[in-house]
Amino acid sequence: MLSIRNIVKQYAGHTALSGVSLEVTGGQIFGLLGPNGAGKTSLIRIINQITAPDSGEVYFGGEKLNQSHIERIGYMPEERGLYKKMAIGEQIVYLARLKGLSQAEATRRIKYWFEKLEIQNWWDKKVEELSKGMQQKAQFVATVLHEPDLIILDEPFSGFDPVNAELIKNEILELNQKGATILFSTHRMESVEELCDSIALIHQSHKILDGRIKDISNAYRNNTYLIEYSGEQLNFNGTEPFQVLGESTTDEGHLLRLQLDNTTSVNNVLQYLIPKVSVTRLQEVIPSVNEIFIQKVNQKN
Amino acid sequence: MDKVLLIIQREYLSRVRKKAFLITVFLVPALLLGMYAVMYLLYKNSSEMNSTRVVKVLDDSGIFAGKLKDKKNLKFENLNESLSSAKKGLKKNEDEIILLIPKNYDEPKAVQVLSNKKPSVVTADEIERQMNKIATNNSLVAAGIDTAKLNSIHSSISISAREVTEEGDKDSNIGALYGIGVAGAIMIYLSLFIYGAQVMRGVIEEKTNRIIEVIVSSVKPFQLMLGKIIGVALVSLTQFILWIILSLAVSYIASKNFNAPQSPLLGLIEGLKGVPIGNIVAYFLFYFLTGFLLYSALFAAVGSAVDSETETQQFMFPITMPLLFTYIISVSFLAQNPDSTLGFWLSVIPFTAPVAMMVRIPFGVPEWQLYLSMGLMVVGFISTTWIASRIYRVGILMYGKKASYGELAKWFFYKE
Repeated sequence: MLSIRNIVKQYAGHTALSGVSLEVTGGQIFGLLGPNGAGKTSLIRIINQITAPDSGEVYFGGEKLNQSHIERIGYMPEERGLYKKMAIGEQIVYLARLKGLSQAEATRRIKYWFEKLEIQNWWDKKVEELSKGMQQKAQFVATVLHEPDLIILDEPFSGFDPVNAELIKNEILELNQKGATILFSTHRMESVEELCDSIALIHQSHKILDGRIKDISNAYRNNTYLIEYSGEQLNFNGTEPFQVLGESTTDEGHLLRLQLDNTTSVNNVLQYLIPKVSVTRLQEVIPSVNEIFIQKVNQKN
Repeated sequence: MDKVLLIIQREYLSRVRKKAFLITVFLVPALLLGMYAVMYLLYKNSSEMNSTRVVKVLDDSGIFAGKLKDKKNLKFENLNESLSSAKKGLKKNEDEIILLIPKNYDEPKAVQVLSNKKPSVVTADEIERQMNKIATNNSLVAAGIDTAKLNSIHSSISISAREVTEEGDKDSNIGALYGIGVAGAIMIYLSLFIYGAQVMRGVIEEKTNRIIEVIVSSVKPFQLMLGKIIGVALVSLTQFILWIILSLAVSYIASKNFNAPQSPLLGLIEGLKGVPIGNIVAYFLFYFLTGFLLYSALFAAVGSAVDSETETQQFMFPITMPLLFTYIISVSFLAQNPDSTLGFWLSVIPFTAPVAMMVRIPFGVPEWQLYLSMGLMVVGFISTTWIASRIYRVGILMYGKKASYGELAKWFFYKE
């Protein structure tokens, strides 16, 4: 669907992207992660053909990126913007027509979306009369109205209240199920795990990690488990078949964090524990994207 | 191209629909109407003086009686009743004036004018002028100078300016040409500023609103800049055309209702017979459009380089300087020396030509100079638009950075 190959982009004085390559397969929800200033927006601007890379290529559906692809991409920038003194309905019609829709078709689709988001009586309202969250709903409609194959959202949830963020999230998922590929950037790692199929981590203009979330998590699993038990607190003397990483006690019982080596399995742990205490919970500790990110960055430094 | 048309449409409609646009469209004809009303009232006032006033002269000196000549609204008579009864008569007849000339008439304030109504300045001046002439003549005779000889020596020269053209001699109305030239220059100067600033504000608005990113993900920055400039140009042309139509309509209505002898606009056109008004309007439109394209591209580049209107000042100076300079030179020096060397240079350099040429055109400009100037205007606006668009495409995506001239130069050389 989208293939980014060895992109380099330099601005006066600093490098925004150095040799970044990515593959986004069709139908995915792809998360572009990284702290502020890592180069996410620069990359997104290149995909949108707002700026051109110094070197490297972008392929869209197998073709080299060109002007004809503009109508197949929908883009919601991080800094949302609409004409303040223009009526909402008219404004979205204008933006949709710039993307190649006819006036009649644009009007029909806006009516559909306005009803869906329950904002049908906004048509003649000016942007400056709306709250920030309302403006963002309108902006979202403008982004997806021409039914793009690829929807690019720069920090889509910033500025939304939890209710509207959920609403927009569900709309994104629905569009994805209908076949749209979604690429979104965020610096809030925790929001991506439930939404994304694949991610790429960008740090200081370099891509430091990418792939399917499951694969990444698997790769970063290190046989660490969390066990909760009730009864007497155990004393360990080094003969147990695991290495203790940490212990703590709560009202509900005792927490034990442990790591296995390659010769032992979870079953061995249970065999060791069951005669001594009553196990209430057993859970593998899978590193969060955030932890992986921090680990990766620390490795680099 | 379709997208540029869409942008033009939006830029045009969003401005034309504004209240401010409607107000300015109607304000100018309204002012014109007011001007007509004032002129009508003045005319009505002055027509009151049309009634003939009778001046009854009591001349103790014996020098003036019989020598004062009747004028259109002024009749001189000798006072043939007693002063006191004549004074009583003044109350009955408002148009009567009594002129008292004592023996020592040349002492300050010796001569008196009595009337019920204060005599107009014109009347008083006329009496004073005639009396001075008679008194001077009298003194000359007393000094033994032959006044007839003196009068024949006195020369009276008046110049009639005639232009020699291929169609033969014709009267050239220098005052009217001057007026047209200066008016054209002022119109161009003001509209370049007003509409250029509109383009700049539009760019700044898009940048601060951040809608720019949404739009340049659909169209090229150059298309947006071009659409905006053309849209505003059409707004200004709409305004000019509406002004002309409404002004003519107002003049027509005024000439019907105010019964003025002739409206100044129609009168002006009358006085300009022989001046090719159609040509001048065509040149005005050409120089306004090319000048606007040239300057508004620069205004757009400035708008793209800043985050708010207050930051524009450092870049405005080099843009406004040539315009202001030419404007001042044009209305003061050029209008009097339209064919000077300075006039030639100012009217071929694209940055100064729109204003300078407007002053020169009514006086007639050699064809080769016109073609040179117009050719350079086209070259000028294409190249400034090109330069400005290279700065613009980078500037619109740069936030929170105070741009310097060095920075602008760097933007210019950026690759796509």
